This record gives sequence, C-alpha cells and structure tokens, in this order.
Amino acid sequence: MKGRKIFEGKAEGEALVSKEGVSFYGGVDPDTGIVTEKGHPLEGKSVSGKILVFPMGKGSTVGSYTIYRLKKNGKAPLAIINKECETVVAVGAIISEIPCVDHIDVEKIKTGDRLRINADEGTVEHA
Amino acid sequence: MELTKEQRDMLEGKKGNAVKKSMSILVALGEIYGAKRLIPVTSVQISGVSYDNLGDAGLEFLDEMAKDGKTRVKTTLNPAGMDMENWKALGIDPEFARKQKLVIEAFKKMGVEATCTCTPYFIGNKPNVGDHIAWGESSAVTYSNSVLGAKTNKEGGPSTIASSLTGFTAEYGFHLDKNRQAHFVAEVRAKVDNPMLFGALGQVIGKQAKGRIPLITGIKKATTEDLKALSASIVTYGSAPLFHIEWITPNKTSVPKEKIVIEQEDIDKAVKEMNDTEDVEFVFLGCPHCSIGELEKISKILEGKKVKKELWIGVARPVKRMADEKGYSKMIEKSGAKFACDTCHVVAPLKGRFHSIATNSAKGIFYGRGKNNFKTVFRTLEECIRLAVGE
Repeated sequence: MKGRKIFEGKAEGEALVSKEGVSFYGGVDPDTGIVTEKGHPLEGKSVSGKILVFPMGKGSTVGSYTIYRLKKNGKAPLAIINKECETVVAVGAIISEIPCVDHIDVEKIKTGDRLRINADEGTVEHA
Repeated sequence: MELTKEQRDMLEGKKGNAVKKSMSILVALGEIYGAKRLIPVTSVQISGVSYDNLGDAGLEFLDEMAKDGKTRVKTTLNPAGMDMENWKALGIDPEFARKQKLVIEAFKKMGVEATCTCTPYFIGNKPNVGDHIAWGESSAVTYSNSVLGAKTNKEGGPSTIASSLTGFTAEYGFHLDKNRQAHFVAEVRAKVDNPMLFGALGQVIGKQAKGRIPLITGIKKATTEDLKALSASIVTYGSAPLFHIEWITPNKTSVPKEKIVIEQEDIDKAVKEMNDTEDVEFVFLGCPHCSIGELEKISKILEGKKVKKELWIGVARPVKRMADEKGYSKMIEKSGAKFACDTCHVVAPLKGRFHSIATNSAKGIFYGRGKNNFKTVFRTLEECIRLAVGE
C-alpha cells in the first residue's frame, strides 16, 4: 500500500487497529499508553510498541503534547498509520519523531497483523 | 509545496535544530491542507502555556526548542496556570508553581514576551486588517479574524511556536479570502446589549454553525467587551473561528441564502441552560481577560464593600498596571477581591477546590463544567459582583 509521508522513519511490528478516531488529550494516558476514553473500541488497550492504525485523529490540539509525553515515557506507538492525518496527530508525530503515514486504506489492516512501514517512501506492507 | 531558498535552508537544519523542527511542522501542515507556499506572519500568540496541560514532557519539548530557537516576529503568550507573582495568595501548590515558572523561562529564552494573556490585543499585540498571523487561543483567534480583520487559522501550541521561530505559516484555510466568506445569515431579533448576552448569543449561533461562518445581522451596537465575549463563546460552542457582523466588523463577505432567526426566547433558553445552581462558592470575572473599562466598572461597584465569596479577576498584567495608576486596583483589593493576573479559571489547576462558579462568560461556563466539574451560575458582571458581596 502506498500513502503519504507525514514523518519519516521505518518500523516493523504488530498492528493495533481502531475503526474510530483517537483523541490523545484526555483519551490516552500519557504515562501508561493505555486508551482511557470511555466506550472507545481500544479502551483498556495499550498503544505502546504497536503500529497504531486509525482513520483520523480527533479532539484538542493539546493532544500533540500527549503524543510527545508518550514518547518521552517510552510508551509511544512504534508508528502511526491514518486514513487521513489531521493537525493534532501530524504535529504530535513530528515533534515526537514517530514514523507516520496517511492516505492508507486502513480497512485492509487488522489488529495483530505484522506490518512493515517505510514512512520515507510512504509505504505499508504486510510482513 | 514550493519553498524559497531561505525556507529550504531552514528545513535542512542550516539554521539550527529548533528551526528545522519548526519548518518540518509547517511543511507537513501545508502539505496536509494543500497549501502552495509558506507566507510570512507579522504576529504570533502561543497557546499551550499552562503546566496543567503541558506536563513534564511538554516542558521538555519547550526546553529543547529553547536551546537554539529564537522568535523572529512579535510573540506573546496565552494564560499560564497561575498568577506568576501572586500565586501563593491564589492557593497554588509550590511544586506546580516551580514547574510553571520553568515553562515561562523556556519561552523567555526563545525571546517570547512573557505576558500571559488571552487578550494580547489589549497589550500591544494588535494586528491590522489583512495581516497574516499565527495565533493559538480560540477566543483570540476569533477576535483577530473577525474584529481586527487579520487572518489566522486556529493553531495549536507547537505550530504557533513553529511560526514564531521561523516567521512563516502555511497558506491555507483562513489565510485565503475564498475561505472567509459567510455560509449562513444569523438574524438577531433579540435584545443583546452586554457581554453576558453576547456570550449567550455566541452559544446559540455556535451550536447551529457546525464549524461554519455566520454573517450576523440585526445588531446595532457592540462594544469591544461585547465582541470579546462573542468571540470567546461562538467558537467554544461550535462556530468557525470567524464571524461577520453587518456594519460592525471589517471583513467583506458575500451574503449567503441560508438564514436562521434568533428570537428572544432562544437567548433566554441559552441563559437558562447555562445556569445549574443558585449556590455560588467562587466568582470569576475576566474570561477573556478584563479590559481597563471592565476594571473601572468592577472597582466602582466594589467601592466600600467587602466580598463574602472568593472573587477572582482575570487580567493581563499590563492592564492591571494601568488600573493601579488609575486607583481601580486599590478599590478592588480593599474589598477582598483578588487579581488573577496571567491566568484564569480555565487553565489554573482548580478541579476539586470549588464546586460551583458564577461568571459572566459563556466560554467560562463551558470549561467550568467540562474541565473543572463546577456547577455554574451565568449572570451579568454586576450581578456576579452582587453575588460575591452577598447582596
């Protein structure tokens, strides 16, 4: 699959897929990486060390700093794949230096899939 | 996106790490939103200043950017989590205060004017009609777009820093005139003649706007304080960070066909909806921060009275200094009311300290509920003060 680079880098790992958007500010605990948003499909799961796949970010712009806090606490996702990246996630990925690609058909990815992402080229493939 | 040589040098790291990171933020945003180029900005207002929102990692990010990053344009700061001088009197935890001071130090190192306020336009950061700027703080963004006629998107913390350290922003969204045209007319057939009621009007229009731009008609007169309250409210409740008022605001717009009518009962309903208690523990005035005119008014009402409830007045420090010279501050402090310079009840760590708030700000009501879990009382400035003095 070929998409668009938001932030460079390469990663290989297990996918964690959400069909719903993710709000990092108030939705993900910056100290543990666990999704805390009530009723969210990923509620109780940790984004840490996963290739996090979701359609689009949502919520407050403070969320960019939450992504950065995850990174500093060693709880960040390995990489982020979006259908359509918006400012909160884009800025968060850039300041935290997390490989990030968008314009990917995220419905073709399932939780547990092993993915190889080359954000420099904007490519995502099943490993 | 086409970059100039100067911009390419910045992106490649020839102007240092902070500039490189800043440029990569701006270029990524530009590409996401289809900008053709970066344009110079004349002014920046940085949001994301309260340690309550930043945490240690946010502080670390600021320290990193402050290592070799310097502001290239006039840059001011949003409110902090506390009064930077008088924090003890406001009951702020010393450890929080220590961290908040480090946040401000990092900004100062970058060359930012550390005047923490949501009303930078009262303290000399006042762009002109047509200026391209990069502002955070939704109320200030809306005021500058709508009332001052400057052009900005609603930026987040890191992107405002990026614009300050490079002097550029990506040209998309509200920087382009085609995106500044009204989508619907909001005809007001109700009495709206003080900041509290302009806040209520903002709630009514904001809720129906769904991110679109209104052209408001039927308003004959609006003071600076009225427009400040409307700017804060309308964007909080869901409008785009830009509105037009016929005969009052400076931007040109085409007149859309879609029209909504706002009757007196809509305003009354909004006011009622924002009241959920009669019992007040805490009164806050100055969301957005008070003008010198509001301080004059507050001082005259408080003269010779004593407050029985905690009353805080949010204001930019330079505006408070003007009030000092005019003698208003003395009258206010003699009553037992407290100035909360540099901060407000939205960004200060107040959760759990009070259970209810009275304010004349519709935005203040929204965040009092959402962020601090307060029960709310929505009244005019005069009525709020009467509640504070127990009349």
